Amino acid sequence: MRHLIRRLTIYLLAVWAAVTLNFFLPRLVPGDPASALFFRLSQHGSVSPNLLNALKIEFGVDTKDPLWVQYFQYLNNLLHGNLGVSTTFFPNTVADVINQNIRWTLTLLTVSVLISFALGTLIGIFMAWRRGSAFDTTLSSLMTFFYSLLYPWLAFVALYFFAFVLGWFPVLGGGYDASQYTPGWDPGFILDAAYHAILPAFTIVLSTIAGWMLTMRNTMITTLSEDYVMMAKAKGLTSRRVMFAYAARNAILPSVTSFALALGGVIGGQLFVEAIFSYPGIGFSLFQGIQNDDFALTQGILLLVILTTVVMNLIADLLYTVLDPRVRQERSA
Amino acid sequence: MSQSPPSPLVPTTLGEHDSLSSAPALQGKPKTPLAAGLAIIRAGLSAFWHTVTINGKVMAGSAIIGFFVLVALFGLIFVHQDPLAYTSDLVAAPSAAHWLGTNQAGNDVFIQMLVGTQVTLFWSFVTGLAVLVISATIGLVSGYFGGAVDDVFSVIINVFLVIPSLPLAIVASQYFARTEVTIAVVVALTNWPWGARVIRAQTLSMRSREFVTAARAGGERSWRLIFAEILPNQVSIVAANFVTTTIQVLLAIAGLEFLGFGSTLTVSWGTILYGAYNQGALILGAWWWFVPPGLCIALLGSGLALLNFGIDELADPRLRRERPAKNTNKKAVA
Repeated sequence: MRHLIRRLTIYLLAVWAAVTLNFFLPRLVPGDPASALFFRLSQHGSVSPNLLNALKIEFGVDTKDPLWVQYFQYLNNLLHGNLGVSTTFFPNTVADVINQNIRWTLTLLTVSVLISFALGTLIGIFMAWRRGSAFDTTLSSLMTFFYSLLYPWLAFVALYFFAFVLGWFPVLGGGYDASQYTPGWDPGFILDAAYHAILPAFTIVLSTIAGWMLTMRNTMITTLSEDYVMMAKAKGLTSRRVMFAYAARNAILPSVTSFALALGGVIGGQLFVEAIFSYPGIGFSLFQGIQNDDFALTQGILLLVILTTVVMNLIADLLYTVLDPRVRQERSA
Repeated sequence: MSQSPPSPLVPTTLGEHDSLSSAPALQGKPKTPLAAGLAIIRAGLSAFWHTVTINGKVMAGSAIIGFFVLVALFGLIFVHQDPLAYTSDLVAAPSAAHWLGTNQAGNDVFIQMLVGTQVTLFWSFVTGLAVLVISATIGLVSGYFGGAVDDVFSVIINVFLVIPSLPLAIVASQYFARTEVTIAVVVALTNWPWGARVIRAQTLSMRSREFVTAARAGGERSWRLIFAEILPNQVSIVAANFVTTTIQVLLAIAGLEFLGFGSTLTVSWGTILYGAYNQGALILGAWWWFVPPGLCIALLGSGLALLNFGIDELADPRLRRERPAKNTNKKAVA
């Protein structure tokens, strides 16, 4: 329990730090971000002078209130889910945009991360079990290469090869065929959405699987040299039982920890993948927001991403307690 | 690894001899110091060679990194063309004139890649070094002082470990001018917690070792204890950490550039990709435009990763392949 409370404190502090940075960063910039953005926008075409005022209000630079008052107003807005108005998707608010797109992102993320973690860990177990074999050496060197792939690039190449050259998937990406279906619980739509999700999910699995595989392989190798594993073998247990119930059960702990820590990176990577595939999730909106200097939108999405990572970390912590009896009994923390 | 100490000696020894031989009185016999210097260089090189070839992964990794460093250093000697020069060959496929084809503005992709190698390598290593300095300082100070100092730093490290670095980097860079410097600073400030955590743990385990206690009893100051006693003893961890950090930094910089945070006047692997994505290389079917930069990033990353895995294997014998020896051992025990 003490361990969980300490982790919880860290997570609350992390959220607070992210929110506070979000508030102070635009105010650190020399000059005033509203005027700077107004200037940049006016170079692209004529804009109404009212926009400058709107921007000033949005950035909170129109008030004469002291900084701490602005800070608490900002926190109050956040608590009420008021993230401001998106300039890209005007007149939608940032909360609206996120609300529309978050389910796409979460579905894609959950499915691909679960596949990647399960498959990667399983293959890692077998690699360690048959270490030194052709299977292990080939995969190890291949995974070293995949380990350092740039997500957006892999997505780009996958889209080029499977959609443009082979024509198996729609070149324009997207989440579903908007000319034929409307989102809802209709089997045609769900099938079409699944069809559009295959390539993005494949990309995410391919670029994240190496990490799980190599982590699992290395901890599994260390665990396999433990005495209790030798004892289990000596008792004449089947190799399947030794492999999963004895070695893997214990080797998976570091993987769960790194799972939580790597999630932030995975979510970050998915933002890229969505942008490339024009997938209707928050990653694509973020990309459009960046292209259009839509600060309210990017801030809102990134806060949400940080919040999601924190929640996932908490879940991983709870899972860890279930998996490791030492943590539960406070013998090590 | 144990043979590396001779190499740091090389420059100082050479320097002394240089200053001696340049003195007019000694100009008659410059051969002996020169020969001594050469011998030391040779010893250093052979120690270096030994370290590099002792492990297959270290060797492969060093070869890949070495290749890119050579391209970055000397690649531009053979090319005298502005990477951003417009030509009339638009989106041309690879040919003898343009080895990697051209993009939509007629820029030669091969020349862009050469320039990009230099820019990307320079910024990745500089930023990696900056990350290392930040994380080593925080890790060493936190681990060495312990107590309240450590409590505060641990909380800060853990908090920033939880906040994903890429989104944080995007938040931070969008308000500032789009230049390579902005990206480097932002990436350096968002990627230090991992290293700090590792180095802190190692320092914590080292602060009560005998050699530290002895040096403290000898009246050494804290900063000297940290940087002259503890730091040199965890050089291998710091080095491995630098390698991992550089992979992370390489990918982070390329990612931010891909999102359009790079300068439009600089050519790097990341900005080439951004251009390819933004100018519709996909619809044009111009694979030669976006394949090379990503492939180079992955290759350089694998080189660094191989080096890192190799160092891991050298440090942890259990990861090394010693199957036959182990089996006989087990039989003997049974």
